[in-house]
Amino acid sequence: MAALTLLSTDKLERSFGGLRAVREVDFELRQGEIHALIGPNGAGKTTFVNLLSGRTRADAGRIHYRGRDITGLPAYKRVRCGIAYTFQITSIYPNLSVYENVAIAIQGSDKFKVSDKTAEAGFCNAVLSVLGRVGIEERARDKAGNLAYGHQRLLEVAMGVALEPTLFILDEPTQGLSDSEIDGFCELIIKIGESATILLIEHNMAVVMALADTITVLHQGAVLAAGSPQSIRKDARVQAAYLGSGLT
Amino acid sequence: MDFGPYLFLASLEGLVQAAVLSLTALGLSLVFGVMRVVNVGHGEFYMLGAVLAWWITSLISIHPAAGFLIALVLSPVLVGVVAYAADRLILSRLDYNPEATIVATIGMLYVLQQLALIYFGPDARPVEAPIYFRVQFPWFGYSGYKLIVVVAATGLLLASWFVIARTRVGLIMRATQFDGEMARALGIPVRRVYSLVFVVGAMFAAVAAVLIVPIRQAHYLMGLDPLLLSFIVVIIGGLGSIRGTIVAATIIGMSDGIISVFFSPTLAKMVSTFLVALVLIVRPEGLFGAKIR
Amino acid sequence: MTGDVGKAVWLHAGVIFTLFAMQFVLPDYHHLIATRVMVLAVFAMGYNVMFGYTGLLSLGHAMFFGTGMYTAGMTVYHLGWSVPLAFTAGIVSGAFVSLLLGAIALRTAGVSFMIVTLMFSQVAYLATLYFTSYTRGDEGLVLPAAARSFSVFGHVVDLTDPATRYNLALALLTITVIVVFKLVRGSTGRALVAVRENEPRTQMLGYNTFVIKLESVVISGSLSAASGAAYALLFAYVGSSFTSIQYSIDALLFTLLGGAGTVLGPLLGSFIMFYLIDIASSYTAAYLLVTGFVLIGLVLFFPRGLLGALKTRWLPWLP
Repeated sequence: MAALTLLSTDKLERSFGGLRAVREVDFELRQGEIHALIGPNGAGKTTFVNLLSGRTRADAGRIHYRGRDITGLPAYKRVRCGIAYTFQITSIYPNLSVYENVAIAIQGSDKFKVSDKTAEAGFCNAVLSVLGRVGIEERARDKAGNLAYGHQRLLEVAMGVALEPTLFILDEPTQGLSDSEIDGFCELIIKIGESATILLIEHNMAVVMALADTITVLHQGAVLAAGSPQSIRKDARVQAAYLGSGLT
Repeated sequence: MDFGPYLFLASLEGLVQAAVLSLTALGLSLVFGVMRVVNVGHGEFYMLGAVLAWWITSLISIHPAAGFLIALVLSPVLVGVVAYAADRLILSRLDYNPEATIVATIGMLYVLQQLALIYFGPDARPVEAPIYFRVQFPWFGYSGYKLIVVVAATGLLLASWFVIARTRVGLIMRATQFDGEMARALGIPVRRVYSLVFVVGAMFAAVAAVLIVPIRQAHYLMGLDPLLLSFIVVIIGGLGSIRGTIVAATIIGMSDGIISVFFSPTLAKMVSTFLVALVLIVRPEGLFGAKIR
Repeated sequence: MTGDVGKAVWLHAGVIFTLFAMQFVLPDYHHLIATRVMVLAVFAMGYNVMFGYTGLLSLGHAMFFGTGMYTAGMTVYHLGWSVPLAFTAGIVSGAFVSLLLGAIALRTAGVSFMIVTLMFSQVAYLATLYFTSYTRGDEGLVLPAAARSFSVFGHVVDLTDPATRYNLALALLTITVIVVFKLVRGSTGRALVAVRENEPRTQMLGYNTFVIKLESVVISGSLSAASGAAYALLFAYVGSSFTSIQYSIDALLFTLLGGAGTVLGPLLGSFIMFYLIDIASSYTAAYLLVTGFVLIGLVLFFPRGLLGALKTRWLPWLP
């Protein structure tokens, strides 16, 4: 399989006041892989991912996606280029129904034009099919805010799936989920990974080890190490940074 | 009069405007800074301050100065009581939800204004200045009382700066403004701080009105202009920034005063709004506001 | 889902039809009030597009109403334009002004947005008072009777006739209901609600939320301007008071009372509030007191308004 670079960053830099949250980060994401981004709290993972998705503007450096320089592109345009994103704190439409949540996502994806009556039934099916892929189609009529936390997380993933993304960025998706929910989640991510490249921020090492093809470790805003799960596990610097956490 | 002295006169007028506006806008800004809500009825606290001052001075006829001084203390206190009631009965029940508060305070605006119409009447009523003397400049004589207003306002602003920056009460207010959740976790009675801030904000407006009422008259509709000007000040200065409020109030007050003297009050208002548009195009968060991105 | 649409269409058609039928039984005084209220309801419905559906609280809508009113009124008064032309000019000017205002004001959000809309509206109000040679300031312009009739396909339409006025107002209201109904049930409506409910999320789903909000402002402003233009032409009067803050607050009031985020809410709110104030003003000059209490009461006890509460409790299919 050709290892095409889907996304790469070149000396990406972002500071908040006096704090350098992301320091000259060079990063590479290969097409088709599941790539995990790990690091202790405050390492800059969420900031980095915010820079990738466009929610935060970089102070310096470049981001390349599918051969294009997207550093100056606003967030919503990056989504249209095929980058989907789930927030660290679940961000859905709590007052709307589950169906409506996904409907908004599908409608926005441009892939479905609702211009006439015949398209309407097709639209409805498309929404339900996305809900089915994620496993929550029985809850289509429920108010999203009333769902259990785990299901809200699934809904957010469904909204990303609805966009049919090329790159799917998930920010700590398993946080707050029970063990059985986590297992189901991992299966879902693998399924999604069949048609999209996945970038995962995670604290749960078991999940990372089970899913990731490649791991990048961030520490204090800079890349500490990057490579296969095995090489990361053996890396002394990574162990030192994670002193005390269950890496092995 | 030549242009130079005329400009000086206009500047003095602007200074008076700026002084009073600073106090009024400070009240609004404090409330927004700490409580994150806008009180659209803020101008009516101002009006209430002036109306109560008229009422108090009309009751006490020993000496205008005595009546005025008592009004200067009592009127803000009474307005503070009204503000406290509004906070307890309405705002806290709304949990200080921003949009709901806007609507509720619009309602308060109407209620206070119309009650003033019923009990005070539609006419403008004058209040006598506590002291009458002229300061003689080489080109013109100027009302000494107006200068006293500027001094008094400046004194109050300095005092509030001192309280906010240097005392425990001020520290608590700043902590609540900075991070309400954290403040609550540290045991600060956030609800009580909110009530206090709301009352203090109203009292600022009332004091400003009492100071100005011997110069302008008391009228039930007088709250609208200060409200709009305060809004302009707070937008340009940046919501929640005390320093920004004072700087912006000085700029707006001076320009409003000067343009009013040379041209017309209507034009002055238009200029102020134009400034708002300009600031917004260049810096949506105001001069001193926190950058959103 | 499709059954719901059918029910909604029947309900709205029914309301329009009832209004049509009412003109034959209403006594003169109420006939005139109904005409007025229908025109103002268009204003409130325009406001609702921005406030109820997109979640943008503006306190400056009187400016859009006034733009339509003054454009239509002044082109008839000073330039002698025909009614249909003046009306069109009113709407177009409203669209233009709202585009301009939206582009500036949408750089801010929340409270700042509210204040900015209030500010600009106040400038518009002051402008109507300042440029007295065109607007006659406070006094306003009275449109001559002769200018208020026009011919359409050889048939003369005379706006001094109450029945003509009523039906034209009703026609405008019907068009507005159709426009808002289609908007709200279509993809644009969904996008507006998405922006209201969670703007960051909506951006991260690929929507250009600035453009969506701007669209909302322009549609809202144009409808409000249409209402203003209609008011000027139907009632032959153009005046400063219609661009005052009070009128902006009225739009908010009618919408909140009837139910923001519902198509018919503003219409209901307009009727109720108009009569409430009418009754109150016969007792006291301080009738705005009623407005104040209603606002406070609504926000404390009845935040969703009448139709909104109805929709939540019993009729979820109500658009």
